[in-house]
Amino acid sequence: MSREAELGRLRWHSRRGMLELDLVLERFWRRHGESLSEEQAASLARVLELEEADLWEIICGRREIGEPRLQGMIELLREV
Amino acid sequence: MKPISIRKFDAIIVGAGGAGLRAAIQLSESGLKTAVISKVFPTRSHTVAAQGGVAAALGNSEEDNWQWHMYDTVKGSDWLGDQDAIEFMCRKANEVVVELEHYGMPFDRLDNGKIYQRPFGGHMSNFGEKPVRRACAAADRTGHAMLHAMYQRNVRANTQFFVEWMALDLVRDGAGQVLGVTAMEMETGEVVMFQAKATLFATGGAGRIFYSSTNAFINTGDGLGMAARAGIPLEDMEFWQFHPTGVAGAGVLITEGVRGEGGILRNSSGERFMERYAPNAKDLASRDVVSRAMATEIKEGRGCGPHKDYVQLDLTHLDPKTVMQRLPGIREISIQFAGADPIKEPIPVVPTAHYMMGGIPTNYYGQVVVPKDGRHDAVVPGFYAAGECACASVHGANRLGTNSLLDLLVFGKSAGETMVADIRAMPSAHPDLPADAFDLTRSRLARLEDQKDGANVHETQLAMRRVMQDHCGVFRFPDMLEQGVTKILEVETRVRATEIKDKSQVFNTARLEALELDNLIEVAKAAMISAEARQESRGAQAREDHPDRDDANWLKHTLWYRAANRLDYKPVQMKPLSVDSIELKKRVY
Ligand SMILES: Cc1cc2nc3c(=O)[nH]c(=O)nc-3n(C[C@H](O)[C@H](O)[C@H](O)COP(=O)(O)OP(=O)(O)OC[C@H]3O[C@@H](n4cnc5c(N)ncnc54)[C@H](O)[C@@H]3O)c2cc1C
Repeated sequence: MSREAELGRLRWHSRRGMLELDLVLERFWRRHGESLSEEQAASLARVLELEEADLWEIICGRREIGEPRLQGMIELLREV
Repeated sequence: MKPISIRKFDAIIVGAGGAGLRAAIQLSESGLKTAVISKVFPTRSHTVAAQGGVAAALGNSEEDNWQWHMYDTVKGSDWLGDQDAIEFMCRKANEVVVELEHYGMPFDRLDNGKIYQRPFGGHMSNFGEKPVRRACAAADRTGHAMLHAMYQRNVRANTQFFVEWMALDLVRDGAGQVLGVTAMEMETGEVVMFQAKATLFATGGAGRIFYSSTNAFINTGDGLGMAARAGIPLEDMEFWQFHPTGVAGAGVLITEGVRGEGGILRNSSGERFMERYAPNAKDLASRDVVSRAMATEIKEGRGCGPHKDYVQLDLTHLDPKTVMQRLPGIREISIQFAGADPIKEPIPVVPTAHYMMGGIPTNYYGQVVVPKDGRHDAVVPGFYAAGECACASVHGANRLGTNSLLDLLVFGKSAGETMVADIRAMPSAHPDLPADAFDLTRSRLARLEDQKDGANVHETQLAMRRVMQDHCGVFRFPDMLEQGVTKILEVETRVRATEIKDKSQVFNTARLEALELDNLIEVAKAAMISAEARQESRGAQAREDHPDRDDANWLKHTLWYRAANRLDYKPVQMKPLSVDSIELKKRVY
């Protein structure tokens, strides 16, 4: 898949079942969409595979994500 | 454009939320070849956001029965609900909830092992006497658990899922029979005809027509748009439930529990204005009363902020420990989306669109019904609808909390059963597709592809949402509605000329959003025009110029047709299936 297409896929996977997540991810794309590195895109793809409620709890800091290599992406999502 | 290939199934279901998954179980377990098409992975459907629970008069904690539940639902609907469908739903509730338990739904339990039940607004015992425990929940993950249990069941039953496909248009033949849908695969941009003997829409709500909505971005009313373009009327589209406390500017829902813990609503001068509107219940009055009071404060210039367009939900007088312990989720939401820590400053809130009572007209078998040859309920062959996109009508002018998850289960199942029977009664070959089957889809896609000097999708969508919020909100004024009709039709001309810069085929979100806007605008027009015409206040429709319910003239369902924005009406079914009619009364709590 081309980078363009991969970003399109990630954008669509940022459409969630909970408004809270839609809003956080919308801000994320506005802030970081243009500058997303390949490594970050790969991390985001993993993070977007999480279940709605789990992802929200992690963004709120109620829980930590199990995989340390995704911590950087979670921090970005928490900051926006 | 490339030729459109055809895939044949016995049944097609558009939508993999609660309603679609429940119907699919029925079809696949009957051995029929069933396809479910969804814009997103099934367990990411909006049903996942439901936390409160699902209603069923199980009577596990105290005495309860379906007749009381039925009474509450009719009263909640402000008598606009069809009493045959309401009886059907309330009588089936225990059965579908117990089935869900067998599918593996992890309901909260009592010590004796039975399903735990909690009270919820509007659900009462003994025909409206006092609150009853009727809501069944799985912690705060009811919708999530429900989707998982039903998705697993479908996988086991060999339901074929087409995930990240967007249905585009309904295909009918000259006689009006529904033959399936066209749909686009997001990963390739390829358009395919899904041909079926029975087609069910379970596409969910359309709260995104409003500026302020609790609904996720995905709720764009695609099923309603497709139905309207195919000549099917939409029923009771003026009725939208507003939740009083959505975070201003974001829409995220702040639960009623916050006011239960002592939260107070204040206007720009700090006044606790609910004391004027509901001297006894104050901030704890029912959803519609509180929403209307807030809308009046804002309309009369007592809103807060630079645009005076919200009020404040104040928790600062509460012990910070209470906020941290009892309402942690709320503190997070407020900090995230309002930039306000509720321990130190109030949360800006506005009444926020939450649930669509209207939809595609159906009977309680899940069949889509329209006026034809002097009848108001002629079945559209091959077409079915269930869930929030359908109007059976059990919620009438106002839905009770926890009744919509029940609606999904009961009418998802019922539609599935009807489809099984109808498919078995049909010849084994699919009916022929007409020569013009793909014309509508082709012309819509070609228009979008070729548009020059057109309108920006985001700006146009925003304009629509503003018009709906300002002119068709919680409290409705005749002059505003009249202007609203003109304005929404003006926005429509822009929607018909949207332009996208990116023409790529693979995961082109710009194209998807433009196609969604085609559907949103149909819903918006239906809502505005139906609201302007209905000259009464009933349930969620509150008109300043007609403050009372008017049963002599308006005890009837609205039907909006896309062609020429024509309105028609049909009677409310006041006769239940087996019990006496619940007579008209004033709706007071
Ligand atoms: C925040 C919130 C909390 C709620 N809490 C409760 C509660 O506690 N109790 C209760 O009873 N109700 C609650 N409700 C209401 C209830 O959740 C919804 O009415 C219900 O979940 C709708 O289910 P559905 O199956 O009709 O649609 P959804 O779950 O919205 O599913 C729609 C499906 O259609 C698919 N789809 C849509 N368009 C297309 C297309 N063009 N092509 C392909 N697929 C498409 C989507 O991908 C999705 O799979 C709540 C609502 C909100 C917003």
